[in-house]
Amino acid sequence: MTKTINITLKVWRQFGPDVKGRLETYQAKNISTDMSFLEMLDVINEQLTLEGKDPIAFDHDCREGICGMCGSVVNGRAHGPEKGTTLCQLHMRHFSDGDTVVIEPWRSRAFKIIKDLVVDRSAFDQIIQAGGYVSVNAGGAPDGNAVPISQENAEKAMDAAACIGCGACVASCPNASAMLFVSAKVSQLALLPQGKPEAAERALAMVRKMDDLGFGNCTNETECEADCPKEISIVNIARLNREYLKAGFLSSVI
Amino acid sequence: MQLDAKIPGGPLTEKWDRHRFELKLVNPANKRKFNIIVVGTGLAGGSAAATLAELGYDVKNFCIQDSPRRAHSIAAQGGINAAKNYPNDGDSIWRLFYDTVKGGDFRAREANVCRLAQLSTNIIDHCVAQGVPFARDYGGLLANRSFGGAQVSRTFYARGQTGQQLLLGAYSSLSRQIAAGKVTMFPRREMLELVVINGQARGIVVRNLVTGEMERHEAHAVVLCTGGYGNVFFLSTNAMASNVTASYRAYKKGAFFANPCFTQIHPTCIPVHGDYQSKLTLMSESLRNDGRVWVPKTPGDKRPPHQIPEAERDYYLENKYPSFGNLVPRDVASRNAKEQCDMGKGVGETALAVYLDFEDAIKRDGRDVIEKKYGNLFQMYEKITADDPYQTPMMIYPAVHYTMGGLWVDYNLMSTIPGLFVLGEANFSDHGANRLGASALMQGLADGYFVVPYTIGGYISGTTPEDVTTDHPAFKEASQQAEIRTRKLLSVKGKRTVDDFHKELGHIMWEYCGMARNNEGLDKAKTMIRSLREEFWENVLVPGGGKAFNQSLERAGRVADFLEFGELMLTDALARQESCGGHFNEAYQTEENEARRDDENFCHVAAWEWAGDDKAPVFHKEPLVFEHVKLTQRSYK
Repeated sequence: MTKTINITLKVWRQFGPDVKGRLETYQAKNISTDMSFLEMLDVINEQLTLEGKDPIAFDHDCREGICGMCGSVVNGRAHGPEKGTTLCQLHMRHFSDGDTVVIEPWRSRAFKIIKDLVVDRSAFDQIIQAGGYVSVNAGGAPDGNAVPISQENAEKAMDAAACIGCGACVASCPNASAMLFVSAKVSQLALLPQGKPEAAERALAMVRKMDDLGFGNCTNETECEADCPKEISIVNIARLNREYLKAGFLSSVI
Repeated sequence: MQLDAKIPGGPLTEKWDRHRFELKLVNPANKRKFNIIVVGTGLAGGSAAATLAELGYDVKNFCIQDSPRRAHSIAAQGGINAAKNYPNDGDSIWRLFYDTVKGGDFRAREANVCRLAQLSTNIIDHCVAQGVPFARDYGGLLANRSFGGAQVSRTFYARGQTGQQLLLGAYSSLSRQIAAGKVTMFPRREMLELVVINGQARGIVVRNLVTGEMERHEAHAVVLCTGGYGNVFFLSTNAMASNVTASYRAYKKGAFFANPCFTQIHPTCIPVHGDYQSKLTLMSESLRNDGRVWVPKTPGDKRPPHQIPEAERDYYLENKYPSFGNLVPRDVASRNAKEQCDMGKGVGETALAVYLDFEDAIKRDGRDVIEKKYGNLFQMYEKITADDPYQTPMMIYPAVHYTMGGLWVDYNLMSTIPGLFVLGEANFSDHGANRLGASALMQGLADGYFVVPYTIGGYISGTTPEDVTTDHPAFKEASQQAEIRTRKLLSVKGKRTVDDFHKELGHIMWEYCGMARNNEGLDKAKTMIRSLREEFWENVLVPGGGKAFNQSLERAGRVADFLEFGELMLTDALARQESCGGHFNEAYQTEENEARRDDENFCHVAAWEWAGDDKAPVFHKEPLVFEHVKLTQRSYK
């Protein structure tokens, strides 16, 4: 049943990339527990607008947990306290009356703050551009059933492909590493026959790009897996390491 | 102006082949000399931008989100149709063609739909080659499931995330072309004006959403892939940023808008639960493969579902439509849900919901099987409602989902402005008055991968566009207009927020132009929208400035256009004095409350031309000719 709660918000406000930011306090009153977290922010923003203040900037779009656009650190956890949940799918029933909730943007050298909770994640696009594809042009593909793929491999590839590119793995990692993100794409394509011809080049190029962009190294903290809203497994990181080593030692690609 | 759909001659199934041969080609070495702008990075935009670049064109691609991987195609759950006939259950290109024309209640173009059915098989092949992890059977071959409006299994899927996987496939191809330098990507840009020079589309003005600057971009052709306008209803299954602005700006520059009143209300969404609600969430139609829809037989029965014995439940879809059962098309399923709730048989707190029950499927197949098929959907439902659908039936209610109407295009997907192509949900062409499930992904990708790459060449080789730069007066004017509009929105400084106006607009549209419409209501809504629009320009409160990251300003511009566009929808709904598919005028129904078409007077596409502010739009008619499909009263019984 619906009930309402009152909570205190401490929200990171920063006008632009090069200005100093600070935590501001807001009171969120009579918040229905059926609301989503972002709907709660909508309510605060409506109030701020009517009071003549600047509403809180935050990224969001589909609000059904699939586009990967939303995401903030809530009480120290990327996307908040619920396991396997994006911020837009987190509901206020997981908070209690009187709680204080701290909301901050993703923090990483590679993700510059644009405003408040909005960050620039174009580094992820650059990593995919480095090799996260199969080089096939529209038009010449063989019949979809020409190459059977074992159900097990198709399922594992799908597990990895479920990544939504939100950046929570980077935000939760003490080293701000993008290994989980990179490994998800490398794994998906390494598990499928279509991805094999370019597997070595892909693993090397994507890792190199990740390093160039200022993401940190992986030291097996496993925080990324714990906070990933799509529960992408660190098994993928192991697979990436195998692919990377294989490429380095066994292939002619450098 | 006489609308010419440019449908090629010859037998239906040979039209596309013949047309491809007749289209002039652009020499491969010359393609790089031509710039093409693609607006949008969904299935249509992403696939078009990637494929045009693969062919050698110089492409500029724009999107409103921070990355081209996030367009709302990503949220499509259930699947994509293709006439592969892998299950050997009697499918064929002809059957997919027929089902789509019939499903659209005979308001789509035969030639376009036939081409779509033919291309459907190429899409699957290409996506498999890209590494899209489609579901597979134990033997390693591609798996299929059924969707509404079809009696064969022709839907390919990747769990409940088919749209995501197909979009990421297109995004990967696009990324490859960005890396190759063939596509320049402009994220966080919103198209505010189309630039037309000498009657041809030659560029766009976009607002950089980070800096607030107006930017001008020129090209030899512009391809709009900017999706549908479902958010005119405020609450819909669309993403928050989905809007009509790009299409509407093109409409104001001379592109005709076709069938705007054809909107799809999807039957299986999570019901509305509060005023603060920002969007509605779809539960994939694929659930109707195994879920059974029911309500209590007695109106006002408030017992919890498991206490209502079998004999006191009304499985109304199975009873009324024995041959299609729970898999009737969306418009039929939605109207029936509304009918049950209107009779007082709705369930849940608001009584605006029906049950979708998996108990029998779980008993029959086991929880594991159901979990494998729908696990992520069940999980999503539980997150939102805090109810476990393995234990208790889901509650669902119809919600605005898709818009069949869109900018008018000919067989080449070109609008009434030469050089302006429109793809995917943004155009009107293939779904008639009702889209079948799993056909949106098919259409978006067919348009982008396999249609526009050919037809744009035909346009470019047949025209000699003059050299223009962004200093051309038309660019200056367009950019000034966008600036003036932005300043105007900021200068009102009234007392009501943008969302507040948007919600009121949504209520009007849902009440009077939703699942059931009547002339009186449509007229009333017109008056209401006009006064709301007036109030908007006097009383809207948009905080912040124009030359900065300002999300309130972005929304204000979109709502301003919705406030004009809503009236066009009402005008179109009033002009179509029949019921068909998603357009249900209460005055035109059969004795069994099904939509009653009037083929004698309304077997046409209604295309509207903008005539000026505060002037009624001009009506144009493209008659629909059916040579291969016999027009019948749709029956799913």
